[in-house]
Amino acid sequence: MGVEQKLGNMGVVTTTLEQTVNWARTYAMWPMLFGLACCAIEMMGAQASSYDLSRFGMELMRPSPRQSDLMIVAGRVSRKMATVLRRLYDQMPEPKWVIAMGDCASCGGVFNNYAVMQGVDEVVPVDVYVAGCPPRPEALIHGIVTLHEKVRGEKVKDWK
Amino acid sequence: MDKKLEPILQKLQKDFDATASEYRGDVSLVITPEHIAAACKQMLEPLGFELLSTMTVVDYWPEENPRFHVLYQFTSISKNLSLTFRVPVTGVTPSLPTISTIYRNATWREREIWDMFGIKFEGHPDLRRILMPHDWAGHPLRKDYPLGYEEPQFTFNYKEIDLRKPYAKE
Amino acid sequence: MTQLQEVSVEELKHLVSERAIQGETVLLNMGPQHPSTHGVLRLLLELDGETVINCIPDIGFLHTGIEKNMEAKTYQQAEVMTDRLDYLNTVGNILAYSMAVEKLVDLDVPPRAQSIRVILTELQRIASHLVWLGTAALDVAAMSTFLYCFREREMILDILELCSGQRMMTTFIRPGGLWRDVPVEFETVVRSFIKIFPKRIDQYESLLTRNPLFLDRTLGIGRISAADAQNYGMTGPSLRATGVDWDLRKARPYLGYEQYDFEVPTRTEGDSYARYLVRVEEMRQALHIVVQALNRLPLGPVRSDNCKYVPPPRSEIGVSMEALIHHFKLWTEGFDTPKGAIYSAVESPRGELGVYLESDGGPKPYRVHWRTPSFDNLQALPLMTKGHLVADLVAIVGSIDIVLGDVDR
Repeated sequence: MGVEQKLGNMGVVTTTLEQTVNWARTYAMWPMLFGLACCAIEMMGAQASSYDLSRFGMELMRPSPRQSDLMIVAGRVSRKMATVLRRLYDQMPEPKWVIAMGDCASCGGVFNNYAVMQGVDEVVPVDVYVAGCPPRPEALIHGIVTLHEKVRGEKVKDWK
Repeated sequence: MDKKLEPILQKLQKDFDATASEYRGDVSLVITPEHIAAACKQMLEPLGFELLSTMTVVDYWPEENPRFHVLYQFTSISKNLSLTFRVPVTGVTPSLPTISTIYRNATWREREIWDMFGIKFEGHPDLRRILMPHDWAGHPLRKDYPLGYEEPQFTFNYKEIDLRKPYAKE
Repeated sequence: MTQLQEVSVEELKHLVSERAIQGETVLLNMGPQHPSTHGVLRLLLELDGETVINCIPDIGFLHTGIEKNMEAKTYQQAEVMTDRLDYLNTVGNILAYSMAVEKLVDLDVPPRAQSIRVILTELQRIASHLVWLGTAALDVAAMSTFLYCFREREMILDILELCSGQRMMTTFIRPGGLWRDVPVEFETVVRSFIKIFPKRIDQYESLLTRNPLFLDRTLGIGRISAADAQNYGMTGPSLRATGVDWDLRKARPYLGYEQYDFEVPTRTEGDSYARYLVRVEEMRQALHIVVQALNRLPLGPVRSDNCKYVPPPRSEIGVSMEALIHHFKLWTEGFDTPKGAIYSAVESPRGELGVYLESDGGPKPYRVHWRTPSFDNLQALPLMTKGHLVADLVAIVGSIDIVLGDVDR
């Protein structure tokens, strides 16, 4: 407070380290392409011109897990895919977040049988669940904004 | 029934000792497993059914003999006809000769039938699981295989199911 | 489940050539998570430098057990699962299922319902081809086409949302007709779409059809002959691009397609460029059908009267006792069907989508088998990619137009 009074209008902003790092993390979160089924088409629709994801800094969907921070699991995860999913999650560097998009990723959705994993939180820890079958692009954007708020609220001692 | 199909049906019935039936316009022939390879070869070349639309199985458990009915659906593009073969297969070590050399899309169809029902195809070049993981035990589409569903969590049993549900660690 | 399981090379030895085992050629895993494989398809490539010697697809990563799950539900409850098979052609899936149930129980469908079904199916065909065009162009690095195609797709999804409330998984078509009548704004919205769409197709064509970069990537790539395509069971635009004129809408007309005047585009080369041209022309023809159907839309009911199988209208339930009892019976027990087995097929944007339905007389289907077009179309991939480069493989996979929900069910 004292610093600001002395500097006045010199275009300097003071803030805490925690706020800066959280702000930087939210504004350039790169999602990893993990579209599996129908929700992937809505994710692509959210990426495209009408509902633009690049206004959140997410236009670059990185196919490589080593270069991404956010994994949007869009679609139903079968048992055969579960090992692949976990392997990709392990390959992502910290800090990483997971959004379970759609009903099938959150809880198994319409399918309650031997082949579909009942919720992707059986293999990876999930931060935000987005409901819908498939969720509208606006619902996905709401989920992403909720994740941003969660990241903004992270404390230094919770950083990984 | 289409008029063009009748001479074909008569020829097949005579050659392979088959019985024909019709339901809502769909014609099907019941053929025994010994004749199926020869019958399929006939369908492709002289009779002109170029497309094997689909191959699937119906499981009639708990009847053991025959337990499975293997269905072959043929389509003729040049003549615009369709015909189905039904092959009854027994439930104890079921097997059939492969037709993947005649119709090449039977390769994956037979792999799927092996995966889902456990019917072996002799002479198949690559019989391994296609839809389930390669070390899965059991044949899911059989009637004695359970659906494998998870009990829904209502408010009265929420906590007890929550304890049993696997959650991921970091 | 979360342990890693390795597939030993021993198991796959019979699939790869001698040179791979000796170490001369490279085995590359184009894994289930890949930007260009249009879903979770795993391709095992055997490469000599950049040339593909053999390509072994590994599917099953999206297997959902829909066929077994439908056996556990009544005919009405099972409609929910049908949308999620080929998720780009949701209206076509439920149409195939409804037609199969109608064939099984011998149910009539009123003409207004037939016409609206035609309009929605053709609009869905256009939407599916738009997604294909966007993603296939994205694979050969024409990125702006993707954004343009999705702009038009949003308009079609708005129309579907207007009718049913849902953008993709509409379940608007039911056995016996439709869920309910389309709202009054339907005609205006569809006409406004019809007015602008032909110019947009011209826009896409101006970007791609005579573009030398696009021609380089697709002309002569992924060639397949007509005999091979038929032997592999290919149907749909991929087959029509090889010269075989087989379209179920013309050969075995359903839904009243014989009254509409449209052409089925075919080409003879059988390569990726031919498939592209066939699909673009199909979009134009689909729009032509929509115009004709909309001009001739008859008035009348949209659901069959047979209340044993079709729920009665909501308005009647308050006043008529039979309607109430029918409604109750349909929702609690389902309807009983005659014993028998039928096969019914429609023309989806990918090929022949067929439903084999067998009933043992009860309210639940005894066996439902979906003949999905992408399963057979994908089997021809190793033949099409022999001798091409890895970059061509990407273009070929894009041009066949597979949807993994179809392949794995």
